[in-house]
Amino acid sequence: MLETMSHNSAGKKDVVAFKLAEQDFCIDISLVREIRGWAPATVLPHAPSYVKGVINLRGSVVTVVDLSARLGFGPSQPSQRHVVIIAFHEGRIVGLLADLVSDIVTINDENIQAVPDIASDPSREFITGMITFDDGRILRKIDLAQLLPAPQLVSA
Amino acid sequence: MPDMDEFLEMFFVECDELLDSLATGLRAMEAPDHEKETVHSVFRAVHSMKGAAAAFGLSDLVTFAHRFETVLDLLRSDKLTADEEVMTVLHRSSDLLTDLVTAARQSSAADPVRLEELLGDLDRLIGDEGDDAEDDALAMEFTPLTLDFSPLAGEPAITTYKIVMMPDPEMYRTGNDPAALIHALSQLGDATVTLNATNVPKLSVWSQDDTRLSWEIKLATTAPVTDIHQIFEFVVDCCQLDIHELSDVVAQPAPADSLAEPELPAPGEPVSDLAPSDVEATSKAATPVEAGASKAGQTTGQAATIRVSLDRVDKLMNMIGELVIKEAMLYQVIETAGFTEDPDVVTALEGIRQLAGDIQESVMSIRAQPLKLVFQRMHRILREAADATGKKVRLDTLGENTEVDKTMIERLIDPLTHMIRNSIDHGLEDAVTRQRRGKPQEGTITLSAAHRSGRVQIEVSDDGGGIDRERVRRIAEERGLIPQGATLSSNEIDSLLFLPGFSSKDEVSALSGRGVGLDVVRREIMALGGRVMIQSKEGEGTTFSIALPLTLAVLEGMLIQLRDQTMVLPITAVQETLRPTSATLHGIGKNGRVLSNRGELIPIIDLACSFGLRDAPAPLDDGVLIVVETDSHKRAALHVDGIFDQRQVVIKSLEENYGRVPGVSAATILGDGKIALIIDPEEIVLSSLSEQGRSAMAFAANG
Repeated sequence: MLETMSHNSAGKKDVVAFKLAEQDFCIDISLVREIRGWAPATVLPHAPSYVKGVINLRGSVVTVVDLSARLGFGPSQPSQRHVVIIAFHEGRIVGLLADLVSDIVTINDENIQAVPDIASDPSREFITGMITFDDGRILRKIDLAQLLPAPQLVSA
Repeated sequence: MPDMDEFLEMFFVECDELLDSLATGLRAMEAPDHEKETVHSVFRAVHSMKGAAAAFGLSDLVTFAHRFETVLDLLRSDKLTADEEVMTVLHRSSDLLTDLVTAARQSSAADPVRLEELLGDLDRLIGDEGDDAEDDALAMEFTPLTLDFSPLAGEPAITTYKIVMMPDPEMYRTGNDPAALIHALSQLGDATVTLNATNVPKLSVWSQDDTRLSWEIKLATTAPVTDIHQIFEFVVDCCQLDIHELSDVVAQPAPADSLAEPELPAPGEPVSDLAPSDVEATSKAATPVEAGASKAGQTTGQAATIRVSLDRVDKLMNMIGELVIKEAMLYQVIETAGFTEDPDVVTALEGIRQLAGDIQESVMSIRAQPLKLVFQRMHRILREAADATGKKVRLDTLGENTEVDKTMIERLIDPLTHMIRNSIDHGLEDAVTRQRRGKPQEGTITLSAAHRSGRVQIEVSDDGGGIDRERVRRIAEERGLIPQGATLSSNEIDSLLFLPGFSSKDEVSALSGRGVGLDVVRREIMALGGRVMIQSKEGEGTTFSIALPLTLAVLEGMLIQLRDQTMVLPITAVQETLRPTSATLHGIGKNGRVLSNRGELIPIIDLACSFGLRDAPAPLDDGVLIVVETDSHKRAALHVDGIFDQRQVVIKSLEENYGRVPGVSAATILGDGKIALIIDPEEIVLSSLSEQGRSAMAFAANG
C-alpha cells in the first residue's frame, strides 16, 4: 500500500541505494525498515546457498539473504563493514546483506528504463528497472518478490 | 465512539458465546433429569440472539430464531416434551443457527433448503402441539400478535398487580436501566410508580456497591402476569422482585376467535408489540452477563471478566519472552564481570528470574483455554457425519476442562474434525455387522483429554472393528507405497494410514476419502509440535492419540554444540546421555554404526551430518551420545560435539519469516542474543532411519 502511495505522489519516489560488487542497486524505501551492521547469523541447515542464516531482530527471527550470491556475484565474506537492510515484504521480514548503503535518492518515474535484453545473467530476473542519472550513474532497481525464497519452496 | 462495524463485531462475539451456551444447554436437556433452568437458559440464549439480530436487520436469523424460540417456549411451559425426535430437531436448529450467524458474519446466505426444511420441522412441532392443546392460552405464547386478545373478547378483566423491585448493584453494573423496565411496565397498562428511597444511606457512607433504591409499581392491566414476568426476565437474577395481585379478578385466557383473526387491527396491539421489543432492548444490554451467567449455571456473584483481544495477550507474551532473554543476557554479563559471588547480586538476579517466570506463567494461563471449546464443536460434526453415513453414533467426552494454549484450540478443530469423521466412516461398522458381532447398535466414539507428563494427550477412540491390517497392507502395496512382501510390524502397518495418498475406503464417500487423508491430520498436529499415534485391536476398536506440548511458547531444552553452532534439543525426548566407549560401539557396513546399550542395539545418528554441517560422520571417540526416544518408540543415539547447558527457551517461529527447515521445529534466542535452532528429534530419527532403508515409509517427505 505504501508503495502505491509513493507512486502517486507526482511520479516521484525515494529509494535506498546500496553497493554490491562495485555496482549500484536500490530498493523502494517504503519496504525498508532499518539498516543494521552485519553480525554473525545462525546457519540454517538445508537452506539455499544464498540464505546466510537467521539473525535476531529484537526477538524476531529474520532470514538474511546474501544479495551478492543471489545476484550471481558469488558468496560474500561478510565483515563488520557489511550492512543488513531489513525489509518488510508481503508480511515477512527479511534481511538483505549488502556491501554498503550509499544514499537515499529521490527518483522520477520517467528516469526508470526497462532492463535491456542482456544475455541470461542470473541477476536479470531480479532487476526490474534501470534508473539513469544526469551524471551517468545508473541504479539497478531490485524486485524483492523475485529475490526471496518462496515460503512453499523452502518447505520442500 | 465505536462505529457500526464494531457493534456488529461485538454482536458476533456475543453470538458465539450464546451459541455455546445453547449447545451446552441442549446437551444437558438430553439428560432425563435435567433442571428446568436449563430449558430457560436455552430459551434465553435464542431469545437474546433474536433480539440483537433484529437490531442489525438480520432477517433470516430473526425469522429462524423466532420459530426456534417458540418451540423452546413450548418446552419451557411443559407443553412439549423433549423426546428424542424433538431433541434432534433442536440440535439441528442450533447447528443451523450457528450457520446463520456465520453466514451473517460473512455477509453470505446460509443454505436456504436446510433453512426451509428446519423451519418446516419446527412448525410441525408447534403445529402438533396446537392440535393437542385444548387450552387456547397456548396460542398467545407462540406469536406475539395474539397476545392482544382483550378487545375482541369483550370486556377485558383488569387486574391490579403490586410490583416491588429493588435492583442489586449487579443490575446497574450490567447497564440495565430500571427506568426502561418501568417504562415497559407502563406500556402494559395504568401504572403508578412510587420510589422508595428511605433505605438509602447518607452520602457520606454511600457506596455504589450498596444500592438501596426500590420502586413500588401499582399496575392495572389486562395483560396476563406472564407479560410482567417477561419484562423482568433478564434482570430477575440481579434484582429483588416481588409481584403479586391486588384484586381477585383473574385475567381470562383469550377466546378462540382471537386466534382465528390475528391480523385484525386491535387497539391493544401497540401494547403487546412494544413490550417485547422493550424487553429485547434490555436484553441486549444484559447479554454479556446473561451469557456468562447461563454458562456458570446461573450462579450470581460472578468473578468479573473482561474481553481482551488475542493480539494484546500475544504482544504481552512476546515481551515477556524478551524479558526472559534479557534476563539471561544480564546474567551472562554479570558472570563475565565476575560478580556472581556477590550475594546481593545473586539474590537480586534470582528475584528477577523468579518474577519473570511467574509473569510468564500467568500470561500463559491467560492464553490457556479449556478443550471444551473444541469438543463442543465435535458434537455437531458427529451428528452430521452420523447422518451422512446412516450410522447411529454417540459421542462421549472426557476431560473437556483440560486447558491448552489458545492457538492450539483453534488449530485442533480441523484435525479432530477429520479424525471424528474418519472414525465414523472407517472405524465404526454398520449396524448389521455390529449386531452380528454382539455389540450395541449404537457406536460409541470417545473423545478424551488429559495432562500427561508435561504434555496434553487427546484421544479419539471408537468401538468399531479395528484396523484391518491385511487390507491396509494390500492397498499400500497396490499404491506402491511399500514394496511387495515387505516385512512390517503391525505398528508399522498402522502407520501406513498416515501416508499421503492413502485412503483405505474402497468407494469414495461424501464424508471422507476425498484424497485428503490422515496425512493431513498428522501434518497439522506436527505443526503444533505434537504427534499422532494409533492403537488398534481387531474387532474391538481403534484409538488415535494426539500428544501435544502444553504450550507453544516455552520449552525445556538441552543446549548442544554442533561444530560452531549451538542447537537446542527438547528435554522431553532425551532418555540418557553417555560418553561412548569402544566396547559399546559397533559398525555395520561402511557407515552404519550402532550403540550397544544394556543389551539393546541403538542406531547412531551424526547430527552434524543430518544438518549438513559436516560431510562425513565424525569419529565417535570425542563428543557425546544422547539417546532419544520418539513417540513411536523408536530409539536412536544422536552424536553431538558437546552438551553445555539445560534451560528453558522461548520458542520463536521460523516459519513466519522463512519456512520449514527439515529436522528443525522452531528457533530460540540465547542469552548472547544469537539464534539457536530447536531440533525436532522425531523427524531426525525417522528420516535418518528411512534413509538407511530400515523402513519403507517416506516419513521425511511427509514431514
